[in-house]
Amino acid sequence: MALVIRHAFRPIITTQYPEERLVPSKRIRAPQLVWEEERCTVCATCAKACPQGNITIVSESLPGNKYGMKHLEIDHGRCMFCGLCVEACPFDAIHLGRDYEQATYRRSQLVLTRDEVRLSEKRKASGYFRPRFEAEMPPQTLLVYGEKKGK
Amino acid sequence: MALRTEPIVLNIGPQHPSTHGVFRMRVTFDGEVIVGLDPVFGYLHRGFDKLAESRTYTQFIPLTDRLDYLASMSNNFAYCLAVERLAGIEVPERAEYIRVIMAEAMRISSHLMAVGFFLNDCGASVYTPLIYMYREREKLLDLFDMVSGQRLTYNYMRIGGVSHDLPPEFLPALRKFVQEMPAFIDEYDQLLAENEVLLARTKGVGILPRELAINASASGPVLRASGVEWDLRKKDPYSIYARFAFDIPTAETGDSYDRYWVRMQEMRQSVRILEQALAQLPEGPVRAEVPHLVRPPRGEVYSRIEAPKGELGFYIVSDGSVAPYRLHVRGPSFINLTALREMCLGWKLADAIAILGSLDIVMGEVDR
Repeated sequence: MALVIRHAFRPIITTQYPEERLVPSKRIRAPQLVWEEERCTVCATCAKACPQGNITIVSESLPGNKYGMKHLEIDHGRCMFCGLCVEACPFDAIHLGRDYEQATYRRSQLVLTRDEVRLSEKRKASGYFRPRFEAEMPPQTLLVYGEKKGK
Repeated sequence: MALRTEPIVLNIGPQHPSTHGVFRMRVTFDGEVIVGLDPVFGYLHRGFDKLAESRTYTQFIPLTDRLDYLASMSNNFAYCLAVERLAGIEVPERAEYIRVIMAEAMRISSHLMAVGFFLNDCGASVYTPLIYMYREREKLLDLFDMVSGQRLTYNYMRIGGVSHDLPPEFLPALRKFVQEMPAFIDEYDQLLAENEVLLARTKGVGILPRELAINASASGPVLRASGVEWDLRKKDPYSIYARFAFDIPTAETGDSYDRYWVRMQEMRQSVRILEQALAQLPEGPVRAEVPHLVRPPRGEVYSRIEAPKGELGFYIVSDGSVAPYRLHVRGPSFINLTALREMCLGWKLADAIAILGSLDIVMGEVDR
């Protein structure tokens, strides 16, 4: 009986998702990639680093001896979010995302093109291998050791 | 006149929850007694050894996570050590400590699951410990999440070190865990050591004799429960394990209870190693200067570590290019299954499930 009473007054550690949400790790490798067009030089190092070959990049010549991105396609359906493309990028142009809710009705909807993966207010970057984003992220909610649960 | 009986063949698995994934046992019964047992593998076969040949050395690291998915960090560790030995890469001091911290935390997490599921296999009357052990594992998963951003497949170690340094909030949380953990292990002991159901189901059941364990190349807690004091961290020290003081727990009989007991003791030893590693952790870089595409010289290497389930080895043949020419994994779960038939003969169906549970197999590593 004492045990039952003791447990009844313990803090509840279950989370009532989706009403209640935890703050994920600052380095979260959520199922999406985020791309910054201004930084990208179309060198395709990320495509070479990908163990699965999920990133397709087609470049085009621009006037003034420059290169531009003609086509970018990332197959998130086959991606395992290892983050090797993020580490390989020499210009910090590709990042992992923060949003972990990525369910779609069809697999084809997981293949995203350049406009869909661009860094935006809606599509934020994770701090994985990117300290500049890590600094602005809120602290992670620890399920058991946390002082109080996040929203 | 004696009752005439006929042997009956029963398939257990591949989708049965107590076969720990997609393992299949084709069991022959005479009445209720097991008279034959054929393990059947291959339902999860993914061809990892072959996949390595079409990937660079770095690109194979995330695939090693998928071998023993309850101890991903240990797999990363074993593979990176093998490549480093092949290419002659020196790892910075801090990275070595971080690796040991991760590997030992992983061992605790893996053993918690092993013991929890073993008790679950023994029957619902000892179901509570599994939930307790999930509670402790959750703390470790939070820590791994903090470091690597994932909760199962970490892809944290790199050739020449680790991918990131530890975040500032990691060490206080781990210290707290290390302080609390011995009390929790005592709690499990209190719950289980004199539990009549557990003792009746496991004492003297599924004995793996010392000679058979050695001949079947068993390793890890399965071998040590049979009385062989063999731990690669002491007998063939790799990384910086020679700097830590810890014991090798062994048992005498080699029954299911001993295998459970050895795992419990190993958790205590891992906490000891964590304490020492935390006290000695130096500052400095966490990754050596390694070219983006690692090209080890022509040659071959076999490198092994003491993973939670036993000796995890990587045999790599290099032809001097950026990808392994051949790669083979020695998975401890697979080898430990070798003696399953001998252990199960003469016991009943429910005992076979408990014996399989005491071996602690992960099918990702068995089928590869």
